[in-house]
Amino acid sequence: MKNEAILQTRDLTMRFGGLTAVKDFNIAVPRGGMVGLIGPNGAGKTTCFNMITGFYSPTGGQVVFEGRDITGAAPHEVCKAGIARTFQNIRLFANETALQNVMIGAHLRQQTTWWHALLSLPGCLREEKALRAKALHLLEIVGLADHGHEKATSLPYGAQRRLEIARALATEPAFLLLDEPAAGMNPQETEHLMAFIRSIREQFKLSILLIEHDMKVVMGICEQIWVLDYGETIAVGSPEEIRSDAGVIEAYLGKESAANA
Amino acid sequence: MTSSMFVQHFLNALTLGSLYALIAIGYTMVYGILRLINFAHGEIFMLGAYFVFWGVVLLHLPWPVAVLGAILITALTGVLVDRVAYRPLREAPRISALISSIGVSFFLQNLAVVVFSAIPRQVYRPEWLTKVMIVGKVRVLPLTLFVPALSLVLMLGSIYIVYKTKPGLGMRAIAKDIETSRLMGVPVNRIISLTFGLGSALAAASGIMWALRYPQLQPIMGVIPGFKAFIAAVLGGIGSIGGAVVGGVLLGFVEIMLVAFMPELAGFRDAFAFVLLIVILLFRPTGLFGERLEDKV
Amino acid sequence: MNRANATLLNLAAVGCLAVFLWAAGRHLDGYKVQIINLIAVNIILALSLNLIYGFTGLFSLGHAGFMAIGAYVCAMLVLSPAQKEMLFILEPPIWPFSVVQAPFFVAVLLGGLGAAAFGVLIGFPVLRLGGDYLGIATLGFAEIIRVLANNLPRVTNGALGLKGIPAYANLWWNYAWCLLTLYCIVKLVRSNFGNALMAIRDDEVAAKSMGINVFKYKMISFTLGAFFAGVGGALLGNLLTTIDPKMFLFVLTFNVLMIVVTGGLGSLTGTVLAGIVITVLLEWLRFVENPISFGGYEIPGIPGMRMVVFSLVLLMIILFRREGIMGMREFSWKGFLRFFGRGGGAR
Repeated sequence: MKNEAILQTRDLTMRFGGLTAVKDFNIAVPRGGMVGLIGPNGAGKTTCFNMITGFYSPTGGQVVFEGRDITGAAPHEVCKAGIARTFQNIRLFANETALQNVMIGAHLRQQTTWWHALLSLPGCLREEKALRAKALHLLEIVGLADHGHEKATSLPYGAQRRLEIARALATEPAFLLLDEPAAGMNPQETEHLMAFIRSIREQFKLSILLIEHDMKVVMGICEQIWVLDYGETIAVGSPEEIRSDAGVIEAYLGKESAANA
Repeated sequence: MTSSMFVQHFLNALTLGSLYALIAIGYTMVYGILRLINFAHGEIFMLGAYFVFWGVVLLHLPWPVAVLGAILITALTGVLVDRVAYRPLREAPRISALISSIGVSFFLQNLAVVVFSAIPRQVYRPEWLTKVMIVGKVRVLPLTLFVPALSLVLMLGSIYIVYKTKPGLGMRAIAKDIETSRLMGVPVNRIISLTFGLGSALAAASGIMWALRYPQLQPIMGVIPGFKAFIAAVLGGIGSIGGAVVGGVLLGFVEIMLVAFMPELAGFRDAFAFVLLIVILLFRPTGLFGERLEDKV
Repeated sequence: MNRANATLLNLAAVGCLAVFLWAAGRHLDGYKVQIINLIAVNIILALSLNLIYGFTGLFSLGHAGFMAIGAYVCAMLVLSPAQKEMLFILEPPIWPFSVVQAPFFVAVLLGGLGAAAFGVLIGFPVLRLGGDYLGIATLGFAEIIRVLANNLPRVTNGALGLKGIPAYANLWWNYAWCLLTLYCIVKLVRSNFGNALMAIRDDEVAAKSMGINVFKYKMISFTLGAFFAGVGGALLGNLLTTIDPKMFLFVLTFNVLMIVVTGGLGSLTGTVLAGIVITVLLEWLRFVENPISFGGYEIPGIPGMRMVVFSLVLLMIILFRREGIMGMREFSWKGFLRFFGRGGGAR
């Protein structure tokens, strides 16, 4: 079991009209692994995320999670199965507090529902109290314990990124997809973020797939890297292998630089 | 059904359809550009009809002069409504402008009650439009030929403006992407004003002809035609002028023919359009000729 | 402020309301009592729309339709079979309305449930639409209901409407339903379920990615809103003792929307305050439509002026104070006491 992939895609393909955004994408993320997906702008990375998380219905191929085919499942079902994600352009619930944001994430695993709340059933009150405690605990982990009652969007940028991760963790995922978590951060913040991602991975026994522009992040924390260009996978390998792959250098820096290198 | 009756129904349907189409163009242009359902458009239609009435009865203007004057004033009213009630909300959530337009709709409707009173008014109709002609065995009201013909001219005119002139190019650019258009130097506000002016002028023309066809003015007369024309615009594919025309004519035919062939359903006539609307929104929200709008994740 | 204290204060407030209602019922004239009744009904209607639009972000313009269903179901149930036979002069009423009669509470409840059933029926197709398209589709639904009411004489007595509905909806009933509505909606929006609704309002995509079954939640919110709108409609019909299809025009929805926008989308406190203010304003504005004699001179009333002023108020709010009276803030006893400078003592 240990070596089996937790998430696997088979020939995942997405066409929009005549345009093929992603073609035959095959990835296998080992359980507990941390892998990266890189590629120049418009290479189809976010499209892959959207196919895995159910926002797009792939035009071809399969997504297999924990041995179960989840191709074409609705986003909320994917999340329920144990895959949580963050967004490239942070998408917090703007009018809610940081605490509420995390509680909304925790809502997925809540047993009691609207009519329990309506009748103020003791079980419901108890559960919501527990959820609150859980959310506070998650806020503490991401270092936002003192900001629980602030409006999510009033937090500084880096804190919003962490809050988004806390919110994703509240859904109790086994698998986390991070879409450019270091975007817009300075080197020092990025450093912190890398340490943070490593620590939550340990603590929550997560498998992580991350999209990143910042090569340093990817090279620093990923065990294996997939490289996309124009929707096609042009390289797969360890950070060292990718670093020296001529095709990758070409895709990133253009043909000329590749020749000079 | 005799063939002469059919011809009459056909002409009635064509007349009604053209009137819907003229209003629908205004809806579709504004929606195409601002993504705003301009609820007040039906009231603009109503004002056009009332302005003619005023010109003829109070100012004793000759009918053609009153008509031209009314179209001009209605167009200006449309521009003014945008300036006052919609422009300040361009950056606000989309529904705010929609609520604002509902407010304007009620405002104009009731202002008309205050100014013109709620008592239905009879309109002046030139005799050459209302004297029944007999062609073969068919009785034809000249109006039912005049309305579609003039409407066609107006529609072609507006299609010309949108597709062949520079301001029209501006409109299409803004419809694609308002921010980029602004950066590219399109005078966005002026073009939007022009759009409202043009749409309102067409609605006024429709209102005036409506009053010739159904010669009774009431402040609420714009509500139902307004809704239906909007539905016609959705049917044709909102944002597409050709679509609005086809949608309008189609809706006119559906209504007239359903009642003609199934008179027992006459009471439900006003519900057809709404049922049709819900059906289109469910099965083909982009209408017959609309472009697909993707959700952005 | 702990829970027990807050509960105590809530009970005290309800007590004060009860005393006020008792006094109002005894000392105020019928017209003023009617206004106080209308306030309760309008608050119910506006709370239900706020749940749908303010908290869940579903721009629904179908309230008049739900109200019509609630009003007709309730009226058909409280009228006795004999009364119905008298009313339906053209065709007899349809079974089971031809034989049943129900107590007022049951009739209002069934009115609400009838509206909720239509909410489910209409919600299934239209809640897949977003934003303005949802608004126009729900508006279409309300218009369809009105046309049906006009054309189904065996159910609604057609354009003649229902007259002489026994007036059970007194202050006590109206305010009991109003408080029940307030209680239910407060409970809902303060629960984590309510947080999930607000998540859908703020960012549907993110809500989906958090595992929220967006469609199902919209459906629940919409149906509950429809239920309370039906209750409001039932009470309104009973209060006026006469209903006909003309009553359920779009302007009815407009009035409710006006209250919600004025109070603040997503603020129940705002809705309650605006419900009071707008209802009183609407009644007060009737004076501009009635002739006034002024020192021997008769100034004629100006028909239409009331809605002119009213729609201008809405325009002013949407243009200059879009967050309404309260924004998204809510009343709390803690804030209330702090406001009056006694916060330290009560904690």
